[in-house]
Amino acid sequence: MKTAIIQFPGLNRESDMIMALENVSGAKTQTVWHTQTSLPDTDLVVIPGGFSYGDYLRCGAIAARSPIMKAIVEHANKGGKVLGVCNGFQILVETGMLRGALMRNANLKFVCKQVTLSVENDSTFFTSKMNTGDQVTCPVAHHDGNYYVDDETLKRLEGDGQIVFRYANGTNPNGSMNDIAGICNAKGNVIGMMPHPENMIEALHGKTDCRPLFESIAA
Amino acid sequence: MSAHLPNDIKITDEMVAEHGLKPDEYQRILDLIGREPTFTELGIFSAMWNEHCSYKSSKLWLKTLPTESECVLIGPGENAGAVDIGDNQAIIFKMESHNHPSFIEPYQGAATGVGGILRDVFTMGARPIAALNSLFFGAPDYDKNKHLISGVVAGVGGYGNCFGVPTVGGSVNFHKRYEGNNLTNAMAIGLADADKIFLSPAKGVGRPVVYLGAKTGRDGIHGASMASAEFADDADEKRPTVQVGDPFTEKCLLEACLELMQTGAVIAIQDMGAAGLTCSAVEMGASGGLGVRLDLNKVPCREERMTAYEMMLSESQERMLMVLDPAKEKIAEAIFIKWGLDFAIVGETTDDMRFSIWHNGDEVANLPIKELGDEAPEYDRPWIEPTPQAPVTDMQAPTDLTQAVLQVVGSPDNCSKRWVWEQYDQLIQSNTAQVPGGDAAVVRINGTNKAIASCADVTPRYVEADPFEGGKQAVAECWRNLTAVGADPLAITDNLNFGNPERPEIMGTFVMAIKGIGEACRALNFPVVSGNVSLYNETNGKAILPTPTIGGVGLLPNLDDMATLAFKNDGDAIILIGGHGTHMGQSSYLRDTQGREEGPPPPVDLEKEKTNGDFVRNLIRSGDTTAVHDISDGGLVLALSDMALAGNIGAKIEVPRDEEAFVTLFAEDQARYVLTCSPDKVTQIIRNAESAGVPATKIGTVTSTALIIQGHATISLNMLKSAHEDWLPNYMAQA
Repeated sequence: MKTAIIQFPGLNRESDMIMALENVSGAKTQTVWHTQTSLPDTDLVVIPGGFSYGDYLRCGAIAARSPIMKAIVEHANKGGKVLGVCNGFQILVETGMLRGALMRNANLKFVCKQVTLSVENDSTFFTSKMNTGDQVTCPVAHHDGNYYVDDETLKRLEGDGQIVFRYANGTNPNGSMNDIAGICNAKGNVIGMMPHPENMIEALHGKTDCRPLFESIAA
Repeated sequence: MSAHLPNDIKITDEMVAEHGLKPDEYQRILDLIGREPTFTELGIFSAMWNEHCSYKSSKLWLKTLPTESECVLIGPGENAGAVDIGDNQAIIFKMESHNHPSFIEPYQGAATGVGGILRDVFTMGARPIAALNSLFFGAPDYDKNKHLISGVVAGVGGYGNCFGVPTVGGSVNFHKRYEGNNLTNAMAIGLADADKIFLSPAKGVGRPVVYLGAKTGRDGIHGASMASAEFADDADEKRPTVQVGDPFTEKCLLEACLELMQTGAVIAIQDMGAAGLTCSAVEMGASGGLGVRLDLNKVPCREERMTAYEMMLSESQERMLMVLDPAKEKIAEAIFIKWGLDFAIVGETTDDMRFSIWHNGDEVANLPIKELGDEAPEYDRPWIEPTPQAPVTDMQAPTDLTQAVLQVVGSPDNCSKRWVWEQYDQLIQSNTAQVPGGDAAVVRINGTNKAIASCADVTPRYVEADPFEGGKQAVAECWRNLTAVGADPLAITDNLNFGNPERPEIMGTFVMAIKGIGEACRALNFPVVSGNVSLYNETNGKAILPTPTIGGVGLLPNLDDMATLAFKNDGDAIILIGGHGTHMGQSSYLRDTQGREEGPPPPVDLEKEKTNGDFVRNLIRSGDTTAVHDISDGGLVLALSDMALAGNIGAKIEVPRDEEAFVTLFAEDQARYVLTCSPDKVTQIIRNAESAGVPATKIGTVTSTALIIQGHATISLNMLKSAHEDWLPNYMAQA
């Protein structure tokens, strides 16, 4: 699986993501600088976590308007796969590729801790090696992960299987509606999630729960 | 004071005093330059000669600390210290305080403290791989406490999280004596190639001096002078002297600097920290035996019509000064433009050993560059040895042992600091092997199976009661914490926070603490490679507790041999290393259950520390231990409680009959550890300990869902957990 990692100034989890993609997915990754206007030949585009442009204005808002994003939208429109994690999710929401908004955490504090995620849709490119209902331990690390969307859209997301991950067992760390941790678009080829599966893939991390997600990419 | 004074005005006694210079210090300036300084020059002298930059009260004593060992690559004097960890890799680290700013403006004060220490580390070519912080706040009932705690914690997190360094350890303590003077001590650890460490001495005449990073504004002017004076009630008026941090720019600056260093363009580099452009330029020139000429019209400014005086004293953050290879100027410029940062050639190196500053076509300062640093005043301040504390004679057993244990486990100092560290990204970079809550934090060296252990320790009430033993104890505890995870302790950074050194009793505490630190460092082969001194931590004449925070770094050659403190298996035997304790002076027990801070602190036998610690480390590496924890604050019972809560499994413990149970449980004697092993290893471990001259006793078994102290108390894990975990979140939630 050819994978392009997008690098905006201020993103800081790109090395974590590259490590997970290369070690678990066996993906060949290349980094694409934000000022580029086209993507290299790639199957998957990943926007990792961090603080693009320092979260100034609004998380992801400035990155969403940078030159490379047009190419990413085209890639997705052609059915290409896109994964946004944490700030990457916020950027996808800001471009309108995914619905809703990520507001400041309900308790207004940055939170870094382990949560339990339940897989809600096992038919996506990031969950195909898992089963709906599976639960995994996964860390979060964010200040603005409180997912919000209008009621009508929420109904559609829920009804169409666009909720990919939910916080389970009362571990919702940020006040997200319906415990939503990750969603996809209607076609299922664009996924965004707040938690960091790339930090839960080897014994050192305490558990290897999130390996199947990256194995799904290889499948 | 107006910043728009013309440069050729007469310097008055008032102006000298406002610049924090004593009359005899001003006379020293007159003698040195043979004329009256210009206003800009006066500013430069005040920046170079204040306590914060010149170490004028502490230098004499700092020189007595050991700074060398087989692993030390770079000792004190550079931006940070460096130790060798093999395979051509070096660990670069330092701790620094940002105390005064954190009281005046907690979020920015703490944030820029983190930013400053990260910059010290990456200036030397190291990518930061871990951050720690030790925070000290007033007593829980202090009315500004929650404001300060929320602000400082959010500031530390806000900067480190955005910058992208895992914040993996530290400490939080409370005491009345920090009211009005809370302390923020931030430590950063970076990884560099041992043969590619970048230093500050400039080399070569006529080379470009380049300004990099963020623009210069009026923030932080006189920051270093502010940090060199006591507070009175007007502390709020000093808010404009606090800098504002921009971690996004710093992250870009990190990437740009590391990218530039790869090209071989960097000849010398110095970050602009305290006293900004002044200190960094003088340091680069003086240490390289060269003069520096600056043209301030080239300095990128954020605000209009800044004067030379303001530019030379600004402490705007996220700025660097470099001497570049002229042949690679264009490459360097391209890298900085790519990262959206300012790049400006602001001057050149010269051979006249002068610090020459030009602005609007006029020379506004021309000073001897070497003497600016070298001729700074140095004082042998009078000091008196503190009086020793009388032993505690009327020790009372608790009426309810369970309650006493819960009080100690859940006291403000001893309780879980989860509320704090969950606001820090502990995981970024994917190498975190131990998050806060253990003895030491552990991060893997990426791409290897080696790891770095780190911790920050001091017990200020011990130092207050006996600065010499307290200084020893801070170093010993740090060494013990590194040992308890299985690491070889390598070196320390010291962050010495004290009151006004002009008072002989404060100076006495400082001197004795340094003597204690030095003795422990020598005995444990644990040298000081970097550090920072913060004096004048006083408000209205009331000093903080003496707080020499010790940040330590150790190496785990093989991560497979790392120990953690959590109990693992039902049936494991619990072994006490170092014998049962008897010392109750200055104990948590006395403080938390009886409100008494009395007696001498536990004495530190450094010989025992070494013998017991080496034994424990070898045992960890033999693979025979299943959990290890050191004993410190709160004694044996707090150690057991920590281990039980971390593993979510209890223990059955026997205490010797001939001692008072509460003394055995709460004594804070040093050089001790609790470890667990499978039952079939007990005999062998105890036999090996005996032959090594290390006291080792089986005291119980891992089992059940309670801490059972046989014949005395049964305390459920749920009770321990709520005592330990609930205090801080409940406290912070109260309006």
